[in-house]
Amino acid sequence: MQTSISSEPAIVAVPAKAARLGAAGYVGVAILVFWLLIAIAGRLVAPYDPTEFVSDEGFLAPSLQFLLGTDYLGRDLFSRLLVGTQLTLVMALIATMIASSVGTFLGVFAAVAGGWVDMALSRVNDAFLSFPTTILGLVIIAALGSHIPVLVITTGLIYSTSVFRVSRALAMDQAQLDYVVVAKARGEGRWWIIAHEVLPNIFAPLLVDFGMRLTFAILFLSALSFLGLGVQPPLADWGTLVRENMTGLTSGVFTPIFPAMAIASFAIGLNLIVDDLATRSGQHIVGKLI
Amino acid sequence: MKNHLSFKNLTICRDDTGAAIVKDISFDVAPGKVVALIGESGSGKTTVSLTALGYVRSGLRVTGGTVTFGDTDILALSGHALRDFRGRRIAYVAQSAAAAFNPGLTIGFQVAETASIHALGTAAERQAHVFKLYEELQLPAAATIGDRYPHEVSGGQLQRLMAAMAMSAGPECIVFDEPTTALDVTTQVDVLKTFKDLIQGHGIGAVYVSHDLAVVAQIADEIVVLQAGEIVEHGTVEQVINKPQHHYTKLLIAASDPEIASKTAKLPKRPATVLISDSSKHAEMMPTEGDPVLRIRDLCVGYGATNRQGEPSVKVLKDINLDIKARSIHAVIGESGSGKSTLARAICGLTRFYQGQVLLDGASLSPDLKSRTRAELGRVQMVMQMADVALNPAHTIDKILRRPIQYITGETGSAVDDRIADLLHKVKLPADVARRLPRELSGGQKQRINLARALAGQPRVVLCDEVTSALDTVVRNAIIDLIWSLREDLGLTFVMISHDISTVAALCDEVAVMHRGHVVEQGGTESTLRAPRHAYTRKLMRSVPHLRVGWLEQAIDHRHTDTQLVLEG
Repeated sequence: MQTSISSEPAIVAVPAKAARLGAAGYVGVAILVFWLLIAIAGRLVAPYDPTEFVSDEGFLAPSLQFLLGTDYLGRDLFSRLLVGTQLTLVMALIATMIASSVGTFLGVFAAVAGGWVDMALSRVNDAFLSFPTTILGLVIIAALGSHIPVLVITTGLIYSTSVFRVSRALAMDQAQLDYVVVAKARGEGRWWIIAHEVLPNIFAPLLVDFGMRLTFAILFLSALSFLGLGVQPPLADWGTLVRENMTGLTSGVFTPIFPAMAIASFAIGLNLIVDDLATRSGQHIVGKLI
Repeated sequence: MKNHLSFKNLTICRDDTGAAIVKDISFDVAPGKVVALIGESGSGKTTVSLTALGYVRSGLRVTGGTVTFGDTDILALSGHALRDFRGRRIAYVAQSAAAAFNPGLTIGFQVAETASIHALGTAAERQAHVFKLYEELQLPAAATIGDRYPHEVSGGQLQRLMAAMAMSAGPECIVFDEPTTALDVTTQVDVLKTFKDLIQGHGIGAVYVSHDLAVVAQIADEIVVLQAGEIVEHGTVEQVINKPQHHYTKLLIAASDPEIASKTAKLPKRPATVLISDSSKHAEMMPTEGDPVLRIRDLCVGYGATNRQGEPSVKVLKDINLDIKARSIHAVIGESGSGKSTLARAICGLTRFYQGQVLLDGASLSPDLKSRTRAELGRVQMVMQMADVALNPAHTIDKILRRPIQYITGETGSAVDDRIADLLHKVKLPADVARRLPRELSGGQKQRINLARALAGQPRVVLCDEVTSALDTVVRNAIIDLIWSLREDLGLTFVMISHDISTVAALCDEVAVMHRGHVVEQGGTESTLRAPRHAYTRKLMRSVPHLRVGWLEQAIDHRHTDTQLVLEG
């Protein structure tokens, strides 16, 4: 028997495939960290109360006194942006967490259960997916009112349909594999298979999906605010800041550009990281996401 | 004018570490000659062969040497010149034809595509050329096969169509990359024969990549043996097979032919030597008397909608009766689609049987997995073919083994640790393997872990579904030895699902031959394989390549009569 062992190659140590970021990824991380810091400390740094009328004049140009100028009512835009960041990011983060947990839970369950359970869940999901997201969101919020919990839960549930699709596809791949078959043959229950055999192997692509979904959630919440159905005054998230200062564009001031840039930079930063991770990990995640 | 394909001092290194994976390869392919590249996976044989098409996998780089075809320096080609060269002057036949054909396009379009890309002749001329190729490759219904889609023809036909695709632009040389490895032995014979006729008929050169020495002996003129990226032996087929010089070649030869294995005294004694050379001694060594541990009675398995009698519309297994004796190794052989894997899945409960009984130690097992107790589940264990996908990449070996022990035996604490160490010892792996992840193990080691996991359930019967077919010859023999010793030491019973007759001959006491969902023949391995009674078994036995030049022609001669008998029987 000695010969049988010696004739096989020695144990090969394969280094763990660390998903290291490239330059683009680090730029994305820097942008995200910047906004996260503002979200945490914005309220402390803000030079003025975001609701205080600091100037008699609206749409003042940026100056040393008012770094980003004043908004249409003469409030300090810089302070409003700093405080609004927290609101925007926290809402989007919670909405995305709802989307990911609900979508992943149902998607993986459908894939592992199979049969009529999968069929029923998938068709219901398809029905929701067939509505344009914005229209669906508008209908729900118009019916229930623009309260922050309603906004967050609606956004989360709308995006959970896409997460369902992704996680079900990922889990379906896993469910065919022999180690899941072996676990089934051993008599393992559905939940054990989901938690131990399937989830650890689809965690990385789901994390990437989370990042992409967060971007969508911010854009969606901003769109709702822009349409006037989002966060209500005097509170303001990024989308509201764009909307309420929009009239300034017609009179040639750049006030609404600053919150718009905040939205754009956050979305770009997240996408830089996601794309970088996707290309480096060699998984065709992006193709599966949309 | 015909050109030589020459590899000169070819060296290929990894981009990241700079380690050479192919070192100083030199050989020549003359027009009309077939040069075989032999070696285990990872030996660099495919990497070398693909440089003939000017292709190097990303992450690798040619750091020295040349590959030339006539006056053309292949490695210096790029862009348009390279595209012009590929397919037209040197073509490629891949291992898996099923993966190489686009399922959405007709076969005819894809076969003629190479010629049309290179704008050779008119559409009508190309069509006529393709028809001629279909006839040469003995494809049925040459006039209409081009209108079909890839899923509408058999695997053997698709592999031949792939050769037609390679030939459609009239290349001077073809690279065959394991073209018959994915085929059943019975199909392999026909495909090999048509490939051989094609190569000889057109007088083209060929590089034939394979790990199967017996296959190569039928088709090649010269053999190049690669080990770890270096040529260890190079000679004519007769030289390499009859007078191997290098130790590794001898090992390969011994491993690929049990008949020769018994004659080569220098090699470590394997079960095969016992079985083939001395059957009386063999019988003494293995007491297989006693009650059968597993009895299968009138087992029927199917799928699809069920009728009023509860019978499914598609029947895969029909009235299977088998007795598996305690402490025996029982083979189930047959070609793909014969139902042998379904049988294994039905026994362990993964696939429901709608009729019949599976009796383990006299107790009937439920057809439904969920109705079986944990103890019952533990006593029948299955080991899968692909060691890679049978182990969860996110779990350490420790976790992979711990769970079945806890789940089936209910043990906890240090008792489990002891059991894990014991299991690793039984499959002859060092104890520190437990801390590793599956990807840190070699293919053979992973298969050992698969066996260890099966042992964790304290089984009576272990079902092995093609456990050696994905392994290289030398590693395969180590696993065969392990299964043998597990039976001897632990008194386990094994059911080996296999299409590899030489593994079966080397290892198994009894054999059941399956054909289209029926067991057509069963009995002792030696008597069944030596003197098969059923026509299909005879066909199967004659299809196993022998390590002997000229075997293929003999097999084809017998083929016609066998086919007649199978159809009648």
